[in-house]
Amino acid sequence: MTEKRTSENHQYKLVRCRINGAERETMVDVRASLTDMLRNDYSLTSVKKGCEVGECGACNVLIDGECFNSCIYLAVWADGKDILTLEGLMGPDGKLSDIQQAFIDEAAVQCGFCTPGVIMSAVEILENAEKTGREYTRGELRKLLSGHLCRCTGYENILNAVEKTMKKRLAKKAGK
Amino acid sequence: MYDIKALYEAQSVADAIRLLREHPRAQIIAGGSDVLVQIREGKRAGVELVSIFSLDELRGVNLEEDGTLRIGSLTSFSHITKDPLIQKYINVLGEAVDQVGGPQIRNIGTIGGNTCNGVTSADSASTLFAWDAVIELTGPEGVRKIPIKDFYIRAGKVDLHPSEIQTGILIRRESYEGYAGHYIKYAMRNAMDIATLGCSINVKLSDDKKKFVDIRIAYGVAGPVPMRAVHAEAYGKGLPVSGETIRKIGDTVSEDIMPRDSWRASRAFREHISKVLCQRALTEAVRRAGGTVPDDLSGEMGGAAL
Ligand code: FES
Ligand code: FES
Repeated sequence: MTEKRTSENHQYKLVRCRINGAERETMVDVRASLTDMLRNDYSLTSVKKGCEVGECGACNVLIDGECFNSCIYLAVWADGKDILTLEGLMGPDGKLSDIQQAFIDEAAVQCGFCTPGVIMSAVEILENAEKTGREYTRGELRKLLSGHLCRCTGYENILNAVEKTMKKRLAKKAGK
Repeated sequence: MYDIKALYEAQSVADAIRLLREHPRAQIIAGGSDVLVQIREGKRAGVELVSIFSLDELRGVNLEEDGTLRIGSLTSFSHITKDPLIQKYINVLGEAVDQVGGPQIRNIGTIGGNTCNGVTSADSASTLFAWDAVIELTGPEGVRKIPIKDFYIRAGKVDLHPSEIQTGILIRRESYEGYAGHYIKYAMRNAMDIATLGCSINVKLSDDKKKFVDIRIAYGVAGPVPMRAVHAEAYGKGLPVSGETIRKIGDTVSEDIMPRDSWRASRAFREHISKVLCQRALTEAVRRAGGTVPDDLSGEMGGAAL
């Protein structure tokens, strides 16, 4: 483990990981959460600080394909992991992904604070649906999205956006 | 930033034990969904941590040669639910841990952490009690295995010696073979909530499915630690599978449980739902074991969804 201590006796560790497709490395204070690292060291401000105790999902990111609340995940644990944040969904030409566009079309965004976290959960859900060819029911989608609090939308439009994108992707897959 | 004085990352089980011996005041952190939240609340200011998070050797479910199901202590709830061996042999455990917190919590939360907290409301604990799980602990003196009911000492206190870590949870073949079970969590919300009461039951029926050969009834939040309803179990063993038996077993549960008043629910309410959940979980367990319960009762039991 590459480690050092600063004059204030803070403990640091070198964390190497892949973030949104690029290999990155930086020295991280062991007291930092993954939210701290993504926001402060990599300026990935889609990762929001909401409750910071794992209740609201505003800080949700994908790690090796699964959703985690980055506020209760130590930054040093990210060593060797593959991390995806909302910024990583953008196409090379700056285009929005289908699920982001669906959130706009369905008016599933109001203040937008919860949105990046919810969309990252949607990404995991949609990938699982595509992988297994399984169309989730509305009830199942509710359960899969239950780790997010939204103070604005009342959730209906969020569910509509995820459901419609799922159906589109499954139809596209079946068409091929 | 978390108020952490020092973090020691274990590279192996042996290394974790060494670190815990070197730093006797250090606390173990596994997935962190409890420990980190407590640090945020200021409860463990300036804590030293030994992280076992990276010990992949403690992840996953295996079937050992003698048929024992071995669950690595760091296996996450979502991986337990998805695991083919769990689905085949003790699916009810997968269903129970699928009711913990929300999806992100189920990806980080570990079954070892859930049991080492010593919390009565842990969704995994009552089901593990119901399956007679054995806890495997590894420490400086080697490995010890103890029944889960002996692992829980009192609220918040488990039998984990200094410098010891929980490395696995074992379910022996004789504990699961021929049994079918059901878990019901009663909580105010469907997600991100802690159980007001949890009831996990499994049964073994006679070959003709007419008699209870064995019944195991376990509760969370019906007492300071998870518990078995031993009187109710003994009462029901050998009796015919019928609505009458199920109703009476539920009535007997009050001899075993000792719930308390809390802001979540009163003692009287918990006593009431202990009985009702027992009857409902038992009815479903019987159905899953291939038995039938007369319609009058399944109607009564299956009525209003909890
Ligand atoms: S900020 Fe992480 S869950 Fe709320
Ligand atoms: S859009 Fe405001 S919190 Fe969800």
